[in-house]
Amino acid sequence: MPTAWEEILDLGTRRAAAPPPQAEEERRGVFRRLRESLSKSRRALAEEISASLFDRIDEQAWERLEEALILADAGVPTTAAVVERLEHEVEAGMVSADGEAVHERLIEILAEVASTGRGPIDLSGEPAVLLMVGVNGTGKTTTIGKIAWHLSKELGLSVVLAAADTYRAAAAEQLAEWAERADADLIRSVPGGDPGAVAFDAIEAARARGADVVIVDTAGRLHTQGNLMDELAKVRRVIGKQLPGAPHETLISIDATTGQNGLRQAKVFSDAVEVDGVVLTKLDGTAKGGIVLAIANELGIPVKLIGTGESLEDLRPFDPADFARALLSE
Amino acid sequence: MFDQLSDRLQETLSEVRSRGKLSEADVDAAMREIRLALLEADVNFKVVKSFTATLKERCLGSEVLGSLDPGQHVVKIVNEELTALMGGVSRDLTFAQSGPTVILMAGLQGSGKTTACAKLARHLGASGKDVALAACDVYRPAAVDQLVTVGEQAGAHVYEQGTDRDPVEIASWALDRAREEGRDALIVDTAGRLHVDEEMMAELVRIRKRTKPHDVLLVVDAMTGQDAVGVAESFAEAAEFDGVVMTKLDGDARGGAALSIKAVTGKPILFASTGEKLEAFDRFHPDRMASRILGMGDVLSLIEKAEQQVDERQALDLEEKLRRDQLTLEDFLQQMRQVRKMGPLSGLIGMLPGMGAAKQLKGAEVDEGELDRIEAIILSMTPGERANPGMINGSRRKRIASGSGAKVQHVNQLVKQFDQMRKLMRQMASGKMPDPQQLAQMAAGTPRPKMRRR
Ligand SMILES: Nc1nc2c(ncn2[C@@H]2O[C@H](COP(=O)(O)OP(=O)(O)OP(=O)(O)O)[C@@H](O)[C@H]2O)c(=O)[nH]1
Ligand SMILES: [Mg+2]
Repeated sequence: MPTAWEEILDLGTRRAAAPPPQAEEERRGVFRRLRESLSKSRRALAEEISASLFDRIDEQAWERLEEALILADAGVPTTAAVVERLEHEVEAGMVSADGEAVHERLIEILAEVASTGRGPIDLSGEPAVLLMVGVNGTGKTTTIGKIAWHLSKELGLSVVLAAADTYRAAAAEQLAEWAERADADLIRSVPGGDPGAVAFDAIEAARARGADVVIVDTAGRLHTQGNLMDELAKVRRVIGKQLPGAPHETLISIDATTGQNGLRQAKVFSDAVEVDGVVLTKLDGTAKGGIVLAIANELGIPVKLIGTGESLEDLRPFDPADFARALLSE
Repeated sequence: MFDQLSDRLQETLSEVRSRGKLSEADVDAAMREIRLALLEADVNFKVVKSFTATLKERCLGSEVLGSLDPGQHVVKIVNEELTALMGGVSRDLTFAQSGPTVILMAGLQGSGKTTACAKLARHLGASGKDVALAACDVYRPAAVDQLVTVGEQAGAHVYEQGTDRDPVEIASWALDRAREEGRDALIVDTAGRLHVDEEMMAELVRIRKRTKPHDVLLVVDAMTGQDAVGVAESFAEAAEFDGVVMTKLDGDARGGAALSIKAVTGKPILFASTGEKLEAFDRFHPDRMASRILGMGDVLSLIEKAEQQVDERQALDLEEKLRRDQLTLEDFLQQMRQVRKMGPLSGLIGMLPGMGAAKQLKGAEVDEGELDRIEAIILSMTPGERANPGMINGSRRKRIASGSGAKVQHVNQLVKQFDQMRKLMRQMASGKMPDPQQLAQMAAGTPRPKMRRR
């Protein structure tokens, strides 16, 4: 069973309204089925390929596994740790030296690593405040649009979006379009305005309107830009002053094509704003996003959501086992 | 990384020196370390494999130079081979004989195309070209608005028709307009697309066929991992791209993707995008990238040049001082004289480790006259002042100024710059990457502007 939305969203005492039945029908009709069949065939393919990893359990098999994990961007330390562990278990007779069993165990180990620190997205606050951060172009704004759509259209929650990217050209316009699609309110300021002030205003507006969730979009920035990281920390402080305990959830978007630098990104952003989870975007491409294994393994920051396209419904709860299987597919 | 790789190699090869030659076992051990370093730098697994094979050949039985330790010797070979693989000199755009030069920009979502378009426009504009941009990303919300804004900032004309028309039609219309209006160049911005999205790739082919670009540029994020090769191969097939623009090189990614793409498709990297500002965009230097992948600036060429000029003792001495943060103005003077023997200073700055990213500095002209003045100022100081610049107070500054024929403000500037440099060295000694902006200011000698952001 893939991870369900209810497992990944903690709505607290808030009751989600049942989604309008027609919309539900529609989605099931068109997208869900397509996606389900797609992921099924993908999974079948993945299993076939990774099962053949262990046709024979010899030195080459371990090398093939190592290669597969490196090619998935899991990085050298994490790859070495996983292979070593599996090899040890096989040698110690803890896993029967049968291709299928070894393969199953491998998926388990990978899923276990990917599950490090796992927990739901905390949306129990009144209002709940979600802060979105990350490097330029990784998919923050798009992800916010998708989350807002899910909360608003599928769960019937009221959402306020804060356009705190006051820097990039047309960033607010971009978020405005998503707000419209998701039927969410938008708080914005003038280009070059103070991002903290936008977040502040959005929370105030959400309180006044009794809205459920505030999602704060921030400008993309490289983690190496100290002044911009300071600015981000300041935005976080402003949010915390406005509403003690907020932001209740801080997510970093990591592009699935990212290589080993993703680890630095997660580390530095987390140092600056205490990241609770990762949104792994662009998994609809061919990149496996294995860097999140390293992020979970070395930093204990779990993936919570995955992005699988550019439309509103292309967002799903992260499922460690599914991810583990896909990691080894061709 | 370089420190690590270099240290690890030194450790691995510590026995070799006495033998003077690398044995097969030495080389294998070294190759393992190199393989790890390259993988950490995101060089594609398959590229690493064939690369280390080539490397092994060259290292086997090679003589270990007496003056260098075996570890350094291997690093040097790695660097040479990497540079060769990155492809010697950088190549420029192909310009039209007559009519507008058409440049088509393509790439994955979020790789930085729109910004790169504006930067390229500014880059061409700076050499006097009249540049236009075509807004063909009709899919991403507000992409057209974004191009309009940054295009204007870059001083380019932006041709847009909103989001209701077919991008192929917009591109073709824009080209007609560019011709009519006699523009020198037309840069076509396209929507980000996945290389496996057949429909979108077909659209790209249609845009290419319709506009017949002189160059198709693939925009690639420097942080890309192993997938870069597959992406580049697909784009090579559909878009027949001619070269690559590497973006976000101001970050701390090693940029192994650049090497992988070059190795697999043979396409050169033409431009590097290195910062927030429109000016942070320049021709790409393959040799510098090789060193960056190993994480060491052009430390090797610096070593080489220094070897020609400075004897090893002196170099060690200086290194020790840097490490202990005991650099004095006297050392600075000696160093400056040494360095000036090596050639123009502007080239040297980029060679310092960690400064590879500071592309702003590459073009920085260092005024040799100013160096004369600096020499004069330091020569007017007492040995005590040279050793301890902190003691140079107001009245001493006046004395030094009149003694050297400089203005007090020049003395102030020098003391300040020296102080900044020491800070920088401290940062580098502690393994931190210096802030390129700080470096740029150091070079320019201006105080850091107080900006609220960017
Ligand atoms: N294929 C695919 N594209 C995505 C996904 N998520 C985002 N994108 C695309 O990636 C590009 C960048 O997305 P944005 O949401 O603008 O990224 P951002 O992090 O907000 O960017 P900045 O604010 O400029 O730093 C856009 O073209 C999006 O359509 C995804 O899951 N799959
Ligand atoms: Mg954004």
